[in-house]
Amino acid sequence: MSLRPDLAIIADHVDQGSRVLDIGCGDGELMASLRDLRGADVRGVELDARNVSSAVARGLSVVQGDVETDLAYYPDKAFDYAILSQTLQTARSPDRVLSELLRIGARVFVSFPNFGYWRVRASFLFGGRMPVTPALPVSWYETENIHQLTIDDFRAFIAERGVIVEGEWFLSGARSVTGGAANLRAEHAVFLLRK
Amino acid sequence: MLAAPALDDRRFGLNRRVTLPGPLTLDGGASLSQIEIAYETYGTLDADGANAVLICHALTGDQHVASAHPRTGKPGWWTRMVGEGKPIDPARHFIVCANVLGSCMGTSGPASIDPATGVPFAMRFPVITLRDMVRAQALLLDHLGIWNLAAVVGGSMGGMQVLEWAATYPARVRSAVVIASAARHSAQNIAFHEVGRQAVMADPNWRGGQYYESKEGPSAGLAVARMAAHITYLSEAGLTDKFGRRLQARESKTFGFDADFQVESYLRHQGLSFVDRFDANSYLYITRAMDYFDLAEEHGGRLADAFRGSKTRFCLVSFDSDWLYPTAESRAIVHALNASGAAASFVELSAPFGHDSFLLDVPELFRVVDGFLRAAA
Repeated sequence: MSLRPDLAIIADHVDQGSRVLDIGCGDGELMASLRDLRGADVRGVELDARNVSSAVARGLSVVQGDVETDLAYYPDKAFDYAILSQTLQTARSPDRVLSELLRIGARVFVSFPNFGYWRVRASFLFGGRMPVTPALPVSWYETENIHQLTIDDFRAFIAERGVIVEGEWFLSGARSVTGGAANLRAEHAVFLLRK
Repeated sequence: MLAAPALDDRRFGLNRRVTLPGPLTLDGGASLSQIEIAYETYGTLDADGANAVLICHALTGDQHVASAHPRTGKPGWWTRMVGEGKPIDPARHFIVCANVLGSCMGTSGPASIDPATGVPFAMRFPVITLRDMVRAQALLLDHLGIWNLAAVVGGSMGGMQVLEWAATYPARVRSAVVIASAARHSAQNIAFHEVGRQAVMADPNWRGGQYYESKEGPSAGLAVARMAAHITYLSEAGLTDKFGRRLQARESKTFGFDADFQVESYLRHQGLSFVDRFDANSYLYITRAMDYFDLAEEHGGRLADAFRGSKTRFCLVSFDSDWLYPTAESRAIVHALNASGAAASFVELSAPFGHDSFLLDVPELFRVVDGFLRAAA
């Protein structure tokens, strides 16, 4: 089993035996790997019923729910880690989602596709069209990504809120991107945050 | 560790009955000096007693979860869930299903003989609660030598008992499966039950519950109660699909009050066949127990406190066409479980059959329950 690259980064940085909430957990791929390889006590939240059924059928604790409404019921600091992968840009209120994550998780992983990636910029600059790339494969009228953001946007967003960055990873495909040009060169970003 | 029970242990098997010594003190303040319980078991209890699964039945259900009903001859009421190769499998599990307190299939209820008077209790039977039912089941399990349950599983009122089990005996329940259920009865739930009870009590043959010696019981009233309740178990779309406005074995309307429509004929049949297998007073007592059910109220008004510190794993399932115990009710339980930190799974499944979906062919339900139970093992 090989995890999606952004999930692999998260899996590599969760401490052994942690309590983890995976929001938008899909069919539970990351959860299963955190449980099996990290001995983590993992819970999941997922919107799609088919995915929830598959996750429950593989023995995971997953509730069907909406990131925007259902996080309110978890107590403060209920988890060592809250994980939000590839979901922030789909939220109606990303700022409220992030503050809920920071309330219920001591640490928070957020991953998102970078709208500042050079292919996205090129597509817009030269084609004059909304970009369709491997990381953003869906046309403008079908996409769930209603709040597209760049890595620099996210940095500014968390800086304004006084959120502390404990780690950051940038990816182009499965390859790691380092250095200051991440906002141009990276397709995906993963941040580890805390209040 | 428990000794492995002998295969010929008379406590185990189909059509079992036991009289347990009381007194059992009830939530209403009264007590029962002894309790008779009718139950069935399937499969073999492991040497370490770790494979026991308790199944809780719904309002008019019974202990014959996977065996033929003695009166109707119909197969068990949950053979889709329980049986060889099914999510709850006698090849792997030791399965217990008991008729609930207050019912009429052999467990103590209003039709039972009051040992103090030698005649049926009728309305002198104390009003009971779902927690009382669960306490009686716990006494049965003590008698069977089962301390710890791998799982407690139920739909509808069965799911309410599962919640009571998890709240009342958390240390005895490793996993809880709650299907198409709720943590309390809503005003609408109570309202429908009250219609049913009033239909029974309005029947002159009810005689204040003292009909056991008469030729005729309140069959007409009970049939009406069942007809009204049966509508709540189905969905509007399901009824339309099944019957529409089709006429029953006739070419045109009769301009009379016969069952012109197929749906009328169907409901009448449901009502009539129900009175052959169910006691009217039991219907009053069990619907009352359900109406009194409010798990949060039993825990200081906060549902999460019912599950505080619980080590039980929970799995909840609701159905999108169930308007009797709609998804919002399951979601409220899930939120309470999240607040209390319990391990919970929940999914709303799509099925056209309304509340009855939990009894019918919804393959996704079996996939979820099977996976959940296997992960617990």
